[in-house]
Parts: sequence; C-alpha cells; structure tokens
Amino acid sequence: MTKKITISWTVLTILSLIVALIFMFPLYWAAVTSLKQETEVIDPNWSIFPRILSLAAYLDVLTKSAIGTWYINSIATSVGITLLVILISMPCGYALSQIDFVGRKIILLAVVVSIMVPGTALVIALFVLISDFNMINTWSGVILPQVLSPVCVIVYKQFFDQVPKELREASIIDGATEFQILIKVYMPLNWGITTALALVTFIGAWNNFFWPFIMTTKAEMFTVPVAITSVSDAYGIFLARDMAVAILAALPVTAFFLIFQKRVTQAIMLTSGIKG
Amino acid sequence: MKKYSNSNFWGLLLAFPFIFFYVLFLLYPTIYTLLFSFTDSPLIGWGKWVGLENYIKLFNDKLFLKSLKNTFVFVFWTVVPNTLIGLMCAMMINRLKNPYIAAFLLACFFIPHILPVTVVTQVWSWMLSKQYGIIQEFLEFLGYAKIAFFKKKQFAMPAVAIVTIWWTVGFNILLFIAGLKSINPEIYEASDLDGANSWAKFRYITWPLIWPITALVLTLQLIFQLKIFDQMYLLTAGGPFNSTLVVLQLVYKQGFQMNRGGYASAIAMVLFLIIIVVSIMQYYVLRDKEKDK
Repeated sequence: MTKKITISWTVLTILSLIVALIFMFPLYWAAVTSLKQETEVIDPNWSIFPRILSLAAYLDVLTKSAIGTWYINSIATSVGITLLVILISMPCGYALSQIDFVGRKIILLAVVVSIMVPGTALVIALFVLISDFNMINTWSGVILPQVLSPVCVIVYKQFFDQVPKELREASIIDGATEFQILIKVYMPLNWGITTALALVTFIGAWNNFFWPFIMTTKAEMFTVPVAITSVSDAYGIFLARDMAVAILAALPVTAFFLIFQKRVTQAIMLTSGIKG
Repeated sequence: MKKYSNSNFWGLLLAFPFIFFYVLFLLYPTIYTLLFSFTDSPLIGWGKWVGLENYIKLFNDKLFLKSLKNTFVFVFWTVVPNTLIGLMCAMMINRLKNPYIAAFLLACFFIPHILPVTVVTQVWSWMLSKQYGIIQEFLEFLGYAKIAFFKKKQFAMPAVAIVTIWWTVGFNILLFIAGLKSINPEIYEASDLDGANSWAKFRYITWPLIWPITALVLTLQLIFQLKIFDQMYLLTAGGPFNSTLVVLQLVYKQGFQMNRGGYASAIAMVLFLIIIVVSIMQYYVLRDKEKDK
C-alpha cells in the first residue's frame, strides 16, 4: 500500500516536471537561438542545441544598436518611478493610518476608489498634459503617469495600523513630531514592506510598455522594452539578434526576481488583495 | 487614535504629495477626458462643444462596435481558461511533497510573468513564425500545413490569448497556492476517514474553500484583460482586417493616428465606465465572500 503511494507520487512529480519543462521551452528556445549563428537559425535542419556556440548576435546588438542608452533610460525611469511611488505613498499611508486630521475619511475613500480607475483609458488627457509640460521624449514624461499607486498607500496603511500604539504614544511624550515618528519608528519597523513594494514597483516600471510607448517618439529616449521592437523594425530580419535583444531586456528583471523571490511574491500577493 | 496638537497640519502635510499627484494625474485627466469627449477636438487643443454627438456617432460606428466585440472575445478566450489553468497548476504544485521541487516549479511558471511584454511577444513571434518557427515544425510533424498564426482571422485571437495565458498564468498560480496552503489539512484527513475519493474532495472541500480566491482571480483577470492593448498591438497590430482591433487600440488609433482627440476620449470613457462597473461588481462579490467566512 505504502509502496504504491510512493510510486504515484514519483509519477506525479515527474509529470509535473515535464509540464514545467514544456512551459519553459519558449524561453529556452529564445536563449538557444540567441547563441546560434544567423545562418544556423534559419537552417531547416534545426537542432535543439547550437552546433556552434556563438556570441555574434550579442556583439551585434551591443556594438550596432543604442542599447546602452536604452538601458540608461530604463534604469533612470524605473528608479525614478520607484523612489517617487515610495516617497509619496508612505507618508500618505502613515497619515491615513495614524493621524486624525480633517478630510482623512474623504482622502481614504478617494484612494480606495482610485484603485478602480484604469489609467490607460486616460491616455489622451495624460498625453496632452505631458506635452503641455513639454515633457514628451523626456524621462519625466515617462515617469509621471506611473507614480500614482493607491495600492501602495493602502498596503502601507494596513502595515502601519499593526504597529503597537505604545510606540507612537511614547514618541509623542518625548516631543517627536509626526514626521520624526514616521522616519524613526514606523519606517524602520517596516523596511521589509518598503523593500517588497519597491521591488514590485521597479519590476512593473521596468516592464511597462504602454507609457514609454506613448510618451517617447525618438529612439534615443526609448526604454529597453519599447526599443526591442524597434530593433527588429529598423534593421531587417535577424532572428538570433532579435532573441539576443530580448534576453538582454529580460535579464535585469529575471535576476531581480531570482534574488528577491520571496519578497517579490509577498508583495504581489499584498498588492493584489491577499493579506499575507 | 490619539489626538495630537497639530494633527490637522501634519496629516494634510504628509498626505499632500500623494494628493498633489492624485489631482494632477488622475482627477484632472478624468475630468479632462470627460469634457473632451463632448467636443470635436483634435489631439492637442480644444474644439467646439458638440454635446452627445460623439457618443451617438460611437454607437453607429461599426469599427467601435467591432472593437468592443473583439475585446469581449479576447476576455472570453483568456479570463476563464487562465483561471482554470492557474488552479490546475497550483493544485499540481501543491501536491508535490518535495518543497524544493515545488519551489522550482513555481519559479518556472512565474518567470514569464515578470518579463516585459515585448520580450514575450518577441519570443512567441519567433516560436510561431510562419517561415522558421519551431511550432510549424511540430505542425508539419503532425501532418498539418504551416499556419501564419497572427495573419489568419480564425487563429489570431486565440494565438494572442495563448501567449497572454503563458505570460500571466504564474500570477494566478501564486494566488491559488496561497489559498490552497490556507486550507486546514485536517479537513482532508477527516474526509479520508469517510472514504471520499479525489473528485469528492475537490468538489466538496477544495472548490468551496478556494472560491474566494477564485472570485478574486476571475475579477482581477476580467479587469486586466478588458484593458488589453500591448500584446495585441505588438503581435497583430489589430489585424487581419481589424479582426483583433480592441477598444484601447481604437482609442490610440483615433487619438494619435487620426488626430480625433474628442472622439477618442468618448471611446475611452466607454472603456473607463465598463471597467469601473466591473470593479464595483468585484468589490461586492469579494465583500460578500468576506462576510460568509
């Protein structure tokens, strides 16, 4: 009886590994293609592993495209978005959680309601606004439509709600201002949540296609995800090179995810409405 | 909440940065889009007030009705399949005894979700490429002719749906695994004593207990997929013959390519309202479930 169960577990494990391998195949195939020579890629006698390992496609991308500039654009805008999201969401979450001030209830309601608002449906108005600011084709133009994160405010509020009230009262007696209490008590107690929110915000900003696509028209202002489509448009069909660009675009976020897997998954669950 | 002497000052000061961005990048654009939709404006600058004319035109505009239909067809192809596949994979991973293998599998399924959409579309354009795509080799092996997936009416929408599911299912798996882990194993042990088979366990224990998560995933998916633009634009650009043109792409097309800002805003307002209605539905569905617990 026990033996029979063990066998079925093994079968199940092997089956699920096969499913996962099939699922991962497109990424494997992209990586392998990027390491082949262009002539081998279109050879009808395809092979599952490169006959000759070649970095030519990567060299091609690194030397002939503006990928360095695109990386800088991506890093600058993603870091900018992440910093702004944290800097504006945390104090607001703190105020809504700890301070009894006039308008608190209305602001809380406005924040909750705005979670429903689809930002992309406001694309016409936001484009006009950004162009009124003369920020088309600038980092600011890419950053500003992405800095409002009501979900982050709510997550901060929930976590600040759980901090023992004694800590706050003690600080008030010591004469600390609300700002000092936030910086010296509430923020250090919640570094974990700040890290988690910063990570998912960064990944989301790095991956965002829509806003940089709308707000930039010049190739030198593209972020990496927008630029990789322009590579295939501008220089003809080179599949190994297309895959090399895709792999280079995917590397930073994949590395981030693999290093901070626990924090990233925690934050994704928090921001999608599961308290974890 | 202890009253502090300067609480109004500090509360408003600390909330101010968020409120500032809220007004500038959310409230103002919403009002602007609404007002703009009652005008015949170009993309930049105000035209004249035309009242409800755009909206009347809209519901006689075949292309708009088509884009609305296409969006719902895409929702049909993605929302329920993505949720069910997510649940199935989560149950599969949750059953594995070895925690390292389980973590490895979860990571495998989750990695596509953290990739930029353009990486996903590049990889799948290559997989499905008519000339050299490996899927074509597979079709040939099965005895079928090559298919230009994104250029044939009957294949374009399902193909984009499959790519979307591959890209996003990891997110659903993650939520479902969290839900499955929260089910008390003693309930299953008790049902073992009663001699329940696997189907009965799923039907009478797992399904009802996981339902709040299922409702969450379904509604999140619905809201997310209604906003479809990126993958569709990148893989089919709305073609062939507008058969995959979705609402948000029509907004983009009317606003940016045909310079009709007012009309595009009216289309955007319809999408805006649909998503708000679905979100309010979601709120009530999830709230009722909280009460049941």
